[in-house]
Amino acid sequence: MYWILSALLAFAVSGILGFTPGLRQRLGTALHLLCHVAAAAFGLYGLYRFAFSPLPDLILFNLPLPLGELTFRLDAISAIFLAPVFLVAPLGALYGLGYNQQHTTLHRPRKFRFWYGLMCAGTVGVLTADNAILFLLLWEIMAVSGYFVVAAEDHTPEAKSAGFVYFTATRIGTLALIAAFALLYPLLDLFRFPAAGALPAHPPLVFFLFLLGFGLKAGFMPLHVWLPGAHSAAPSHGSAFLSGIIIKLGIYGIVRVTSFCAAPPLYWGWTLLGLGAISGILGVAFALAQHDIKRLLAYHSVENIGIIAMGLGLALLGRSTDNPALIALGLGGALLHVVNHGLFKSLLFFSAGAVIRTTGTRDIDAFGGLLKRLPWTAALFLVGAVAISALPPFNGFVSEWLIFIGALQTLQSSLSDTAAALMVLPVLGLIGGLALACFVKIFGITFLGTPRTPAAQDATEATWGMRAAMLPLALACLVIGVLPTLTLPTLQMAAHHWTGIISTYPTPLPTAIAGLGWVSRIALVLIAATLLLTLGLRFKARRAPKTDTWGCGYNQPTARMQYTASSFADGLIGWFRFSLQTKKSGAQLSELFPKPGQFYSHTPDGVLERLVLPLFQHIENTFVWLRRRVQNGIISFYLLSVTLTLVALLIYIF
Amino acid sequence: MLINALIHTLVVLLLSPLLIGIIIRVKSRFAGRRGAPLVQPWRDIWRLLRKDLVISHTTSWVFFVGPVLGVVVPVLAFLFVPLGAFPAAISFEGDFILWLYLFALARFATAAAALDTGSSFEGMGAAREVTYASLAEPVLFFCLLVIARLSGSLSFNGMFGADIAAMWPTAGVSLLLVALCWMLVLLLENARIPFDDPTTHLELTMIHEVMVLDHSGPLLGLVHWGAAMKLMVSGALLVRVILPFSTGHPGFDIALFALGMILLAALIGVVESVMARFKLPRIPQIMVGAILFAFFAWILVLR
Repeated sequence: MYWILSALLAFAVSGILGFTPGLRQRLGTALHLLCHVAAAAFGLYGLYRFAFSPLPDLILFNLPLPLGELTFRLDAISAIFLAPVFLVAPLGALYGLGYNQQHTTLHRPRKFRFWYGLMCAGTVGVLTADNAILFLLLWEIMAVSGYFVVAAEDHTPEAKSAGFVYFTATRIGTLALIAAFALLYPLLDLFRFPAAGALPAHPPLVFFLFLLGFGLKAGFMPLHVWLPGAHSAAPSHGSAFLSGIIIKLGIYGIVRVTSFCAAPPLYWGWTLLGLGAISGILGVAFALAQHDIKRLLAYHSVENIGIIAMGLGLALLGRSTDNPALIALGLGGALLHVVNHGLFKSLLFFSAGAVIRTTGTRDIDAFGGLLKRLPWTAALFLVGAVAISALPPFNGFVSEWLIFIGALQTLQSSLSDTAAALMVLPVLGLIGGLALACFVKIFGITFLGTPRTPAAQDATEATWGMRAAMLPLALACLVIGVLPTLTLPTLQMAAHHWTGIISTYPTPLPTAIAGLGWVSRIALVLIAATLLLTLGLRFKARRAPKTDTWGCGYNQPTARMQYTASSFADGLIGWFRFSLQTKKSGAQLSELFPKPGQFYSHTPDGVLERLVLPLFQHIENTFVWLRRRVQNGIISFYLLSVTLTLVALLIYIF
Repeated sequence: MLINALIHTLVVLLLSPLLIGIIIRVKSRFAGRRGAPLVQPWRDIWRLLRKDLVISHTTSWVFFVGPVLGVVVPVLAFLFVPLGAFPAAISFEGDFILWLYLFALARFATAAAALDTGSSFEGMGAAREVTYASLAEPVLFFCLLVIARLSGSLSFNGMFGADIAAMWPTAGVSLLLVALCWMLVLLLENARIPFDDPTTHLELTMIHEVMVLDHSGPLLGLVHWGAAMKLMVSGALLVRVILPFSTGHPGFDIALFALGMILLAALIGVVESVMARFKLPRIPQIMVGAILFAFFAWILVLR
């Protein structure tokens, strides 16, 4: 536990050192990186030690705080959420070294490093705080520094507005959390987090306030409005941390506060399953319609949060119906997907950042043929793309497989019971199919074919530092995919810490072990066979004559004739017309010899532009109207208001 | 288990081209021709594998991975599939999910290889392939859920095991719907009429064949071989649902399975002969219909 707190401190100071007057920029960067590496070393060592002592590790600082003691706790749930933090944060710092060049000069690097370090520290704190006040305090540190990371390039109007939306969303979320914890106060011992299963179920109001507060951070579908803008506006390593780690804190919050209750009511599980399904399907639908590479990845975060929510919903159903296998598999799948998404989404943002750095644009349709120019980045991106599409032999498949098996535990139940949870299978199947389409699109249009613009033509490979930051993430994706059984003991322990019941649950789950053993063997054979055959064919083709691509009889194809991101996804987004509201203009050919024309398509965020912005406009109008009525400058009216308030209060008291 | 795996591998590698041969023969007979000998697909694949190849400037290593995974995946996936009453080589709870996702991996690689050429035609094919396949996934999940629920098992061996004959009297309607939906997905995924026409001369109207326009020589041979194997792997389960009998003797069981596969190939040949290809916009409508049918089958077994 002390190791984890040292990591927290190292993160916190990492950016402060850079402010030393007279310190040269490069030294500040080096110190920043050093602090991050130290933090990661402390943190990973702490987690390693924890893995051998399965009881929650509690630490209590006896400080005279007004609202309770300063307590931190490390249990298996925290440990699982912490593991990707200690990997992604230092790699992000390493990545930041190389990112600072070419088209993407970071606006104020010193300021950015400060807030980045503070955000990492706040994240570690949130994941270990064992006291509601401390939790909220660290939550705010994390959220506010997150704002400065999002708005790092605040000289651009885009980043400014994205930061504003983020800030509003996170304020509303924190308010909801404060209200929820305040309502919970009578049950808590001086705001200490209770032990797992110690409380009766939260009343619906508290549950939905928690869901609103944490859901805003996690980005469930109607609450995701801040996410696409913030992820695309932030620098790529900032986006990686936001998407890979920060939004998972919302999931952590839900996991934590649901663990307090002994018997959660059934509607909790169903709510999360429903939210997860909506987020999953619509998240990937919105992603398909994007051609800004970072917005696209951001919508995939919404999709993956949906998958995690579905696993969590299954686990809650398992607790309501007392089904240990459902709990262990649902929660295990959800938590492993948290780690996995942290790994492959950071990898994808890093490699997308390498592309943006060299081409200076985020528009997928401006890329093409980058595999030959950025071979490392392309291969690493491909690993991330295959992993996020939940395909073997990578890690995304393992966590989704656990969720699948979890859902199948309800196979023999009746419809009035939990059989409806089986809908998770076709829903996940549909999400998987759509995600695959989306990542074929983004990988194919970006890295394959021929360059569509001069910028893509002259693209250069990422720096060694950036590549070194991506490689460990890709390796981690592969290791979890090939040796998934390694993760099972920790996941099982997390299920124990979540339910608070240790003795009655079988450890570890035999079915999952047997299945994952086969998954890993098949993965190994698959990799070996594919490598051998591909290398053999490449050897045979080493002297093969090279010609142009067959143009079906047309001899002068140009790069602009290639399929674009918009055309690739056109058929799919047609099905989601009801929610996407894609705007298209141009491409109407009228005459016999049409003049050169233009085609333009854009898919705005429907929830933000059609729901949230008009709603806030109405609220603003109402308050303007109210102020005009109340602040009318007549002193007697003010006195009347004061008197009326007093009378109302007196009536309330008696 | 090793011997079983060896049998599965040899069956799928060596016998799958026969299915293509039968389809071609049936179609020829319908057209009033004698038709090529049944061994013609083997000859074609062998000839292509020995040839040299020509590749495009645009392509990279991704171009090779598509056909390779197109062959590796069906071989691995076939290990999970029982050959009629003869059990699968590998069986564990939840194996059908790995099975489905292995095919998804092959689809990813094929579509990426198509985009690697930079041709708009192949991009078109890749877009269509991934678009229609994403609708096929829920159908397959519903179908497998129906059989899993009826058999109470989560592995192919249990789901398509000895009890499948006993399911017909109690849940015949559901199984019929499952067989129908599986047949639709099989025709779509294996690029068969009425969803796709591999023999048309117009690249604009194809789905699967247009993705492999630039593959030549051994790569094309692997593509053809992989397609034949995929047909065998996806057909094997359908045959088991329609012919759910077991004799108790492994030899007879395999013979029954072989008979079923031959009949299935003949059926595909008949369908291809008597139907025209659907217009492309009809395909999603039919697949949504299949989802609803499969959902209906699922509701029926939930009672």
